[in-house]
Amino acid sequence: MAKGVLVDLTKCIGCGSCTVACKLWNDMKFQDNEPTMGPVEIAKLSANNWTVVQYYEIAKDDGKVWRFAKKQCLHCQDPACASACFAKALQKTEAGPVIYYPHLCVGCRYCMIACPFNIPKYEWDKTFPLVSKCQMCSTKVEKGEAPACVSVCPAGVFQYGEREELLKNAKSIIAQNSSYVQEVYGEKQAGGTSWLYISDVPFEQLGFRTDIGTIPLSTYSHNFLKYTPVVAVSWGIILTGLYHYTKRRNTIAKEDKNVKL
Amino acid sequence: MTAQGWSFRMTPIRKLLILLATICLGVCIFRLVTGLGIVTNLNDEWPWGLWIGFDVLTGVALAGGGYFTAIVVHVLHRDQYHAIARGAMLTSLLGYLLVMAGLFLDIGQWFNFWRPFVSWGHTSVLFEVFWCVSCYTTVQILEFGEIFTERVGKKWHNAFKKAMPVLLIVGIIFPTLHQSSLGGLYLIAVDKLYPLWWSTLIPYFFLISSFFVGPAMICVESTLAGKAYNHKVPVEVLRGLAKIGGYFMLLYLALKIFDLSNRNVWDLVFAGNLESTMFLLELGFGVIIPILIVFSGMSKSRSGLFIYGLLVSGGVILNRMNVVFTGMSGKAGASYFPSIWEWAVSIGLVSIGVLAYCFIVENFRILEHEEHHA
Repeated sequence: MAKGVLVDLTKCIGCGSCTVACKLWNDMKFQDNEPTMGPVEIAKLSANNWTVVQYYEIAKDDGKVWRFAKKQCLHCQDPACASACFAKALQKTEAGPVIYYPHLCVGCRYCMIACPFNIPKYEWDKTFPLVSKCQMCSTKVEKGEAPACVSVCPAGVFQYGEREELLKNAKSIIAQNSSYVQEVYGEKQAGGTSWLYISDVPFEQLGFRTDIGTIPLSTYSHNFLKYTPVVAVSWGIILTGLYHYTKRRNTIAKEDKNVKL
Repeated sequence: MTAQGWSFRMTPIRKLLILLATICLGVCIFRLVTGLGIVTNLNDEWPWGLWIGFDVLTGVALAGGGYFTAIVVHVLHRDQYHAIARGAMLTSLLGYLLVMAGLFLDIGQWFNFWRPFVSWGHTSVLFEVFWCVSCYTTVQILEFGEIFTERVGKKWHNAFKKAMPVLLIVGIIFPTLHQSSLGGLYLIAVDKLYPLWWSTLIPYFFLISSFFVGPAMICVESTLAGKAYNHKVPVEVLRGLAKIGGYFMLLYLALKIFDLSNRNVWDLVFAGNLESTMFLLELGFGVIIPILIVFSGMSKSRSGLFIYGLLVSGGVILNRMNVVFTGMSGKAGASYFPSIWEWAVSIGLVSIGVLAYCFIVENFRILEHEEHHA
């Protein structure tokens, strides 16, 4: 069964320990010019930052509140990036994570065009750059352990488990407490994601794209590509037929002319 | 011409082209050694820039003259159009070779370019583009073999001649598939590409426009080649081709109107923002005015046909640019303008194409040849 993570944004205190755990587990350097915490303008996902915590000051109930939103790859149920990769360098595993296999990557960056959440990043400064994104600590998940970021949270923001169970939990939490936005982000977006979010402020105010449809994006490509073999074969037959027909018609026309002469 | 040596006339324009080509090659080497970050202005918000937009998407469309000609001359056997066949197919071959060069420069792991041949990501539209473009380029090189062996390796000539009908038909199937799949690449960008361009019909728009840009490019190319080589293709031949293109432009326009109504986005067409302006420019100057030229007396003159050719080609270039840049800018959240090096490469690749065209035309029978294969 596919694993997932439920994020309760009301509980996040913005400590950033999840971003540190990510760096440590994945052996990535912290860089001063690429902070992993801060306002959305400065804390950005990058080839070097697989997860960031963005700070938002939001008007709510006649006052202002701070909210903190952890961002990383959402590990779609039907990932557009994986369906877009023409060399299978991105693959969704049974357990949930969408994994990147660098040795298969050509570097076309079509995954970046395809991802509706703009998650895959590129190592622009390298001679042989690779795509870079959260792997949901797939090696830990395979062993039944939670991702690094999830396991270190001191504030109880995350629940890790079966996606279906988490979705049920999420729905019962927001149903019992009317202060939550009555929507689970990730339940349906682009066909659903392994990471699910609940929040007490509207998702678009926390930098989440809310204009994404519910149909898995690969559907559009599939509906186009499925005709390819039929078109190729029938077009070939039509062209061959036309080739012989018009050639013969020209020959007959010439013969007619010769007879008349 | 068989006995004479290889010739290449030197003119001031050609010296300039050689200079541009040399700069381009220098930048290419620098890019392959240092990566994409220093040479290009690409970033995480703009993963695809000028090289994909112009060199690949537009280049492939403009090279559509090859399969257009193959259908009209070699499959439908309209012998009156034979005069333009070799020229158009040569331009197309050179176009594809340059597209391959552009693609090669744009991919990050360029030594890994062959990977999709063994690791089949068949759910990707890009997979279809990759296979079809590489197979079609191979077919075109083989097709050129017929011309090449008229002069070099003559003993192979008959073998190439015999293979031509098969090559020609295979050489129409591939571009039909990948011209549409180039548009199909953007199907997955449903939540990113502006609705004036995103449509489930985008593959068909790309296909039809790549087909009708064929005669337009032939008009431009034969006007220029006519000036340079004093070889005039009869106006009636060009007009006949332009009219075939004209009917396909009418089909394109009708399909566009149907699509805009079907998706209920007419309000966006006249919204007055950047997207609507670019969309109207593309459709007005690239499709509607050329249709008026083709089906009026203006297409009886060489200059009328030249203007028609420029407008249609310009319209298709603008359309591809709009899909890659204008249509994606709204959701990108950052800006992109090609660096001087990206321009240098794009301009240099075109220069290389022009130089190669001149060399081949001067040394092989392209513009004047009578016999008809098969």
